Amino acid sequence: MNPGMNAGTTTATPESAILSPELLRQHSITDDEYQRILQALGRVPSLTELGIYSVMWSEHCSYKSSRVHLKRLPTESARVVQGPGENAGIIDVGDGWVCAFKIESHNHPSYIEPFQGAATGVGGILRDIFTMGARPLAVMDSLRIGPIAASSKDETTAVIHKNHSILEGVVSGIASYGNCFGVPNLGGETRFESCYSGNPLVNAFALGLMRKDEIFYGKATGIGNPVIYVGAKTGRDGIHGATMASEEFHEGSEQKRPNVQVGDPFMEKLLLEACLEAMRTGAIVGIQDMGAAGLTSSSCEMGARGGVGIVMNLDQIPQRETNMTAYEMMLSESQERMLLVAEKSRAEEVLQVFAKWGLDAVIVGSVIAEPRLRILHRGVLVADIPNTSLTDDAPRYHRPVGTWKAPVPAVPPAEILRQMQSSRNAEADLKTLLASSNLCSKRWVHEQYDSMVQTNTVQGPGGEGGVMRIKGTKRGLAMALDGNGRWCYLNPRLGAAHAVAEAARKVACTGATPVAATNCLNFGNPEKPEIMAQLSTAIDGIAEACIALGTPITGGNVSLYNETKGEGIYPTPVVGIVGILEDVTTAVPADFQRAGDTVLVLAATTPAKENAALASFGSSEYARVIFGSLWGQPPALDLTAEAKLHLALAALAGARLLHSARDISDGGLAVALAEGGFQHQLGAEITLAASETSDMLALFGEDASRVIVTCAAASIQRIEQLVAQYGLTIQARGTTTRATLTVQTDKRALLSANVAELIPIWADSLESTLRQEVITPAGRMA
Amino acid sequence: MKFGVLVFPGSNCDHDTYNVMAEVVHQPVTFLWHESSDLENCDAILVPGGFAYGDYLRTGAIARFAPIMQSVKKFAAAGGPMLGICNGFQILCESGLLPGALMRNAGLKYICKQVHLRVETTDSPFTHALRAGEVLKIPIGHMEGNYFCDAETLAQLERERRIAFRYATPEGAVTPEANPNGSLGNIAGILNEGRNVLGMMPHPDRSSETLLGSADGLRIFDSLMASLATK
Repeated sequence: MNPGMNAGTTTATPESAILSPELLRQHSITDDEYQRILQALGRVPSLTELGIYSVMWSEHCSYKSSRVHLKRLPTESARVVQGPGENAGIIDVGDGWVCAFKIESHNHPSYIEPFQGAATGVGGILRDIFTMGARPLAVMDSLRIGPIAASSKDETTAVIHKNHSILEGVVSGIASYGNCFGVPNLGGETRFESCYSGNPLVNAFALGLMRKDEIFYGKATGIGNPVIYVGAKTGRDGIHGATMASEEFHEGSEQKRPNVQVGDPFMEKLLLEACLEAMRTGAIVGIQDMGAAGLTSSSCEMGARGGVGIVMNLDQIPQRETNMTAYEMMLSESQERMLLVAEKSRAEEVLQVFAKWGLDAVIVGSVIAEPRLRILHRGVLVADIPNTSLTDDAPRYHRPVGTWKAPVPAVPPAEILRQMQSSRNAEADLKTLLASSNLCSKRWVHEQYDSMVQTNTVQGPGGEGGVMRIKGTKRGLAMALDGNGRWCYLNPRLGAAHAVAEAARKVACTGATPVAATNCLNFGNPEKPEIMAQLSTAIDGIAEACIALGTPITGGNVSLYNETKGEGIYPTPVVGIVGILEDVTTAVPADFQRAGDTVLVLAATTPAKENAALASFGSSEYARVIFGSLWGQPPALDLTAEAKLHLALAALAGARLLHSARDISDGGLAVALAEGGFQHQLGAEITLAASETSDMLALFGEDASRVIVTCAAASIQRIEQLVAQYGLTIQARGTTTRATLTVQTDKRALLSANVAELIPIWADSLESTLRQEVITPAGRMA
Repeated sequence: MKFGVLVFPGSNCDHDTYNVMAEVVHQPVTFLWHESSDLENCDAILVPGGFAYGDYLRTGAIARFAPIMQSVKKFAAAGGPMLGICNGFQILCESGLLPGALMRNAGLKYICKQVHLRVETTDSPFTHALRAGEVLKIPIGHMEGNYFCDAETLAQLERERRIAFRYATPEGAVTPEANPNGSLGNIAGILNEGRNVLGMMPHPDRSSETLLGSADGLRIFDSLMASLATK
């Protein structure tokens, strides 16, 4: 045992820091919080202790503003093996397999340094998965970036150039990390809005598989068991990263670049293989990755979960730089590191596995009975803190929650209303929509990701949800991400419920049954009551939808302070849904498969009447892109009907009646019909059953709970019977074609377009936008 | 027939290649660790894709020095069949087992997608069960797949019909538009002089089951199996 380990029973106390209000402010610790620290310690903290409290009590680590509200989320079902509170949630998928999954944000680092910020976001979420013993099976990302095309808004050329570089950096960072590590990326979603210009969102989702009896937890047990540090050496990178992620951005935030860590995916790949191999020895009792707040969070959280303490001697920590202080080592966020606790008599077996993979593995401490975190450095006790004061007993605030008010009028401005009533060219509008950043093909993004490594990808990026097979079983897993910030801005509760419903609908379109959810709540500054109103009501919306759709939340992440110069982002909850396919060969693709198939538009609710449809049209992509305007509310959502739609889709897929299924969402029916055919150069000719609304609303309105399916003509009767059982109506019928896209009623044509003309508009838009010389109306270089 | 899959630190298609041989081709297969020098009496060697040693230096530049590569070179010199896929192709070029080099893609970005390959020669253990001129749908996934060699080497490859596959349209036309990475002459795979070593950027390991979008890659493994059986 190392010298100094007997300090587990020491009576000495760490030397107090010389505290000033300035020092507390630098650590983002309020006067009240400082009083709590004095109480927890019974004395003035040392500088190292102050740093430890500062990171563990940061919003990012403690969830102090959101925790009281998160309690309202449903977290249980027969399938949930592990709910929130661990490194990732776990659900039972059958045949002795379980899957671990979670979504997490890396927003602030990705603004300051897009490539490394996004890359380490992927690295962090992957470690959360394999620290539980699961081999990562797939990743996806939800990206929100400021506009990349010149618009009528007042973005300057410099802002658009910056957004280009953020998108390029983020995508190549994600690609570089995931590709090298060897995990398939199934895409996800990318959207552009002005509010993300100074505050891009990078939310990374990962899912891994393991046997149910081989789950590992981040829990320290067994007094005297050795605490082992493995992986990359500790450097000065990322110090105070968690605190940075808990502040608004202001002028000069770019100066925080040293706070962003640098990723090494090769090291992570070795760490994965070594950890899984070490776990198989049976000698590991607990393991946790060093994510935000690094050595600090991993050691105190493992101790707190086990009801024990940990003592560590920092002299033993593998170090990349010289003369690092205890403060720097405890707060470093160097990547690709893990902390584990091994059986006392079997530590050598663990060390040997890491040696085989060429990784550092060092005994740095041991488990002690007293539930405290004790840190020694150069023979001196530098920190001695009750674990729970850092974790369960961290401050939690009932911050003032304002009353939410609709931010825009319910009806369109008079000028827009006039435009809506004048006759419009639907084909031209469709082309404009298909070329717009939010609706165009994201091929440029996802072709940079390896979507096929591990040879499990049944449906990769570009469809509805991703579908992976589980080798050695008949089963498959489907997954999708969704979140519409604009809708949440218009109505946080309804918008958040839509995020759950749409992600689940995408999963259901593949034929899978949605069974669980993870969420990443991206909001502004919680110290503002209006932001807390958004957060609190959005959580209610998620809770409501998750209960109705049978998808409990098993974990996730909250990212607050997404503001730059006092300007907040749209409230943007991003939801990830996981679904199960009992037989993966029944998975339904999103793309039309051949000409001559029957097309059906299935709806779980009746179409909105003209007034309601007009109000919700203000939240559509059409209103945004064509009119540059925003009014009204998101579409109505009937969660009971939505749940029936999902059941119907599973039944139709299970009976192998569908050739394709796709959600009608952004851009409405016309865009969904067009996109359905692009992969195989097909069109469709459909006839609407009845339309009580104007043509524009029928074509481009975004009513929820609708899908387009294609099938063999011979299957129609069985499909009609089945969908009637679930209360669905068929709103339109038609046929897939080789060349044209037409929508009509029995009386007149609403839309007619040539598919060959539409394809390049949609397929090449993103790439050509990024290559264009940017000349904005606002014109000037800042 | 026994197959050996080389494993370097950072190989990440090692399990994929192993899985195809064990579960689809149904043959004995074993991993061969980079620090070993024993090929364990394998009948054919597969060098899988991935990022050996992280590819932070030029791809394959460190892997060529691994102890196992000495045995691999002897195996190839004795006429043993060897298939390098993606990073495996890059490693075989760096090791001098195949001529030329794989540069950064012309578009400078990693590309993962299905592509089409025209079969250029059936005179090899890997392609003899295919038809010359037929088109296979097999995916790529790489950042450095832009094949290059000097004019003399290219002339020799052409003359000796050692170009195994070229990127083509689904109809089999070898065009600039069908070239995903800027490779010289749309080259996707080449043979060594002895025709027993094939290097290719596209992944037959990812296209051996229809569930995954294509089973065309399996025909390369089946071809290899058939030629081993008649030896």
